[in-house]
Amino acid sequence: MSLTPVAETGAATTVAPVTDRRRARRRAAWRRRRFVLLLMSPWIIGFSVFFGYPLVFTAYLSFTHYDLLSPPRWIGIANYQYLFHQDPQVWGAVKNTLWIIAIAVPLQVLSAFGIALMVARARRGIGMFRTVFYLPALAPPVAATLGFVYLLNPATGPVNVVLRHLGLNGPLWFQSPGWSKPSLVLLGIWGVGNVMIIFLAAILDVPKHLYESAELDGAGPLQQLRWVTIPTISPVILFSIVIGVIAGLQYFTQAYVAADIASGQASQAGDQTVNNYGYPEGSTLFYPVLLYEQGFRHFNMGYASALAMLLLGVAFAVTLFIIVNSRKWVHYATPEG
Amino acid sequence: MSSASVPVARELVRRKPPASVRRRRFLLGVANHSLLIVTAALFIAPFVFIALTALMTNDQALSSHLWPHPFRWQNFIDVFHRSPLWRWTLNTLIYSGLATLGLLISSIPVAYALSRMRWRGRNAVFMVVLIALMLPPQVSVIPLYVMWAKLNLVGTLWPLIIPNWLGDAFSIFLLRQFMLTIPQEYLDAARVDGCGEFRILTTVVLRLAKPGIAAVALFSILYTFNDFFLPLLYTIDAPNKWVVSIGLEQFRSLHQVQWNLTMAATLLVMAPVIVLFFLAQKAFVEGVTLTGVKG
Repeated sequence: MSLTPVAETGAATTVAPVTDRRRARRRAAWRRRRFVLLLMSPWIIGFSVFFGYPLVFTAYLSFTHYDLLSPPRWIGIANYQYLFHQDPQVWGAVKNTLWIIAIAVPLQVLSAFGIALMVARARRGIGMFRTVFYLPALAPPVAATLGFVYLLNPATGPVNVVLRHLGLNGPLWFQSPGWSKPSLVLLGIWGVGNVMIIFLAAILDVPKHLYESAELDGAGPLQQLRWVTIPTISPVILFSIVIGVIAGLQYFTQAYVAADIASGQASQAGDQTVNNYGYPEGSTLFYPVLLYEQGFRHFNMGYASALAMLLLGVAFAVTLFIIVNSRKWVHYATPEG
Repeated sequence: MSSASVPVARELVRRKPPASVRRRRFLLGVANHSLLIVTAALFIAPFVFIALTALMTNDQALSSHLWPHPFRWQNFIDVFHRSPLWRWTLNTLIYSGLATLGLLISSIPVAYALSRMRWRGRNAVFMVVLIALMLPPQVSVIPLYVMWAKLNLVGTLWPLIIPNWLGDAFSIFLLRQFMLTIPQEYLDAARVDGCGEFRILTTVVLRLAKPGIAAVALFSILYTFNDFFLPLLYTIDAPNKWVVSIGLEQFRSLHQVQWNLTMAATLLVMAPVIVLFFLAQKAFVEGVTLTGVKG
C-alpha cells in the first residue's frame, strides 16, 4: 500500500504550504470513505438484492394476479378485498398466530425465567443443570417435532401410556383441534434453553450488594425477586419477549411438520403426497403456513404477496411499538441506556 | 463470653444467622433442589423415550410397552439402508459449509466498518441492519423465488447459499457487538506503528475477535443444519438435493409408519448437534449470552 495517513500529515506539517496540507487531508478522507464503501459493499449489494428489491416487488405483486407462468396481470385491490372479506382461512390463521404470541410466548418466557432462577439458586451443579436444560434447544426443530408427535401420540405414545399408569386419561394431543396448539407449546417450552441461558447469565450478574441491602431492609425472598432481580434484569426480559414475538410471527417449521406427520399418522395410509395444512381442522394453520400454501403450493403469488404485505405491516408495527414503549417498562442501570 | 476485646465490627460480619433462619434457608434449598431435579428429569425424558423407541422392533413401537425387548441396534444401520441419509448429509454439509464460509467473509468487513470506523450515516445504516433482522423472511420470499426461478436455480442449493455471501444481518449484528468490546488502545497502537485500516482489520481485529467469529460460525452451522423453510421452498421437488431436515421430515412417508426407524433417524439427526455442543460448549454459551446481554 501507499503512504499511511500518519506519515502524510507528519510530512505536511513540517514543509508543505496550507493548501497542500488541506489537499492531502482531503485525499486521505476520500481514501477512507472509499475504504468504508468497499467494506460495506457486500451488505449494500445483499441488502438491495435480497431485501430492498423484494420489498418493492412484493408490494407491486400484491396488486396483480400472478401464477409464475404467465406475466403478472394488474387487478387493483382485488387481492386485499379477498383477504379481508372473503378468504375463509385467513381469519383462523391470524387467530392462531395471535394465540401463539399471546399465550405461548409469555409461557415460554416465564418457564425460562423460572428455570433460570432455580438453576441460579442451586448450590452445586450449575454447569450440569445448565447443560441439561440447554440440550433440548439444540435439537433440530424437525427432529424435535417428530419426536413430540411420537411421544404424544394418543394411543401408544409414552406420555399417554405413563398417564394411564397414573390412572389418567391423556388427551388426543396433536390429533385434536383443542390440544394441538398446547402440544406445540409443550414443544416450545422444551426448547426454551436459549432464553434460559441468557436469563441465567443476567441473574448471576445481579450485584450481590443489592440483595444484601434489600435483606437489611427486611425484604423476604419474594420481595427481593420483585424489587431487585426483576428490575435489574428487565432489559433481558424485554429482549426475550421481543425475540419471542418476532419468532411467533414467523412460526412455521414446527406447525408444518406436526400437521404433516400427525395427519399421516391418522390416515395410516402410505399416500403422503398431500400435506394436510393446519391439521387437525385448521388448528395449526398459522399465518406463515397459509402464506406458504397460497404462494408455493397453489402458486397464487399475487395473493400471497398481499398476505406478505399484511405480515410486513404487522411485523413493522409490533417492532416499533415494542421499541417505543420499552422505556416505560425497562430499568437501565447505565445512564446511556 | 467475656471476650469483649474482640473487635465489634468483625463480630458483626462473622456472626452466624439464628437457627430459625438457617433452618428456613436449608428447607428452601431442599425444595429448590427437588423441584430442579424433577424439572430436569422431565427435560431429559423425551430424549430417553426417543432413544428407547429407536431400539424397539416395529411391533413394540406400536404397542404400549416402554422398554425395548429385545434391543434392536440394527435399526440404526437400517436407517442408512432404507434412506439416502448419506446423500442428505452431504447436501447439508455443502449448504452449511459454503454458507458459513461466505457469511464470514462478507460479514466481518461490514461489522468492522460499523463498529470501529467513524463515518457519517453509520448509525442509520446499523438501524437498517437491525430492521432487516427483525422482519419475517416470508415478507420477501415471493419475489426471491421468482428471481431464482427465472435464473433456473430452483431445485438446487444455490438459492440457499448465495445470499450468505452478501452479508447476513444477524452475523453482522453479533460481530459488531463483539468488535465493540475490543479496547481502542490495541487499534491505536497498531495505527501508531503504521498499520493501515486494512492491516488493522486483518491482523489485530481478526485475532482479538476470534471468540466472536467462532460463535458466529457456530450459529451459522446450527442455523443451516436446522433450516427447514428455505430448503422446503427451493428443493422439495428435487429429492437428490434434499438436506437432512427435509429428508427426516419426509422419512416417515418414505417408510410409512415405522416409528422405530423414524426415531432412530431422529436420534441420528440430533446426534451431530449434541456432539458439536460438547466439543464447543464454551463458544456456545458465550455466544448465546452475547446475543442477550448486549442487546
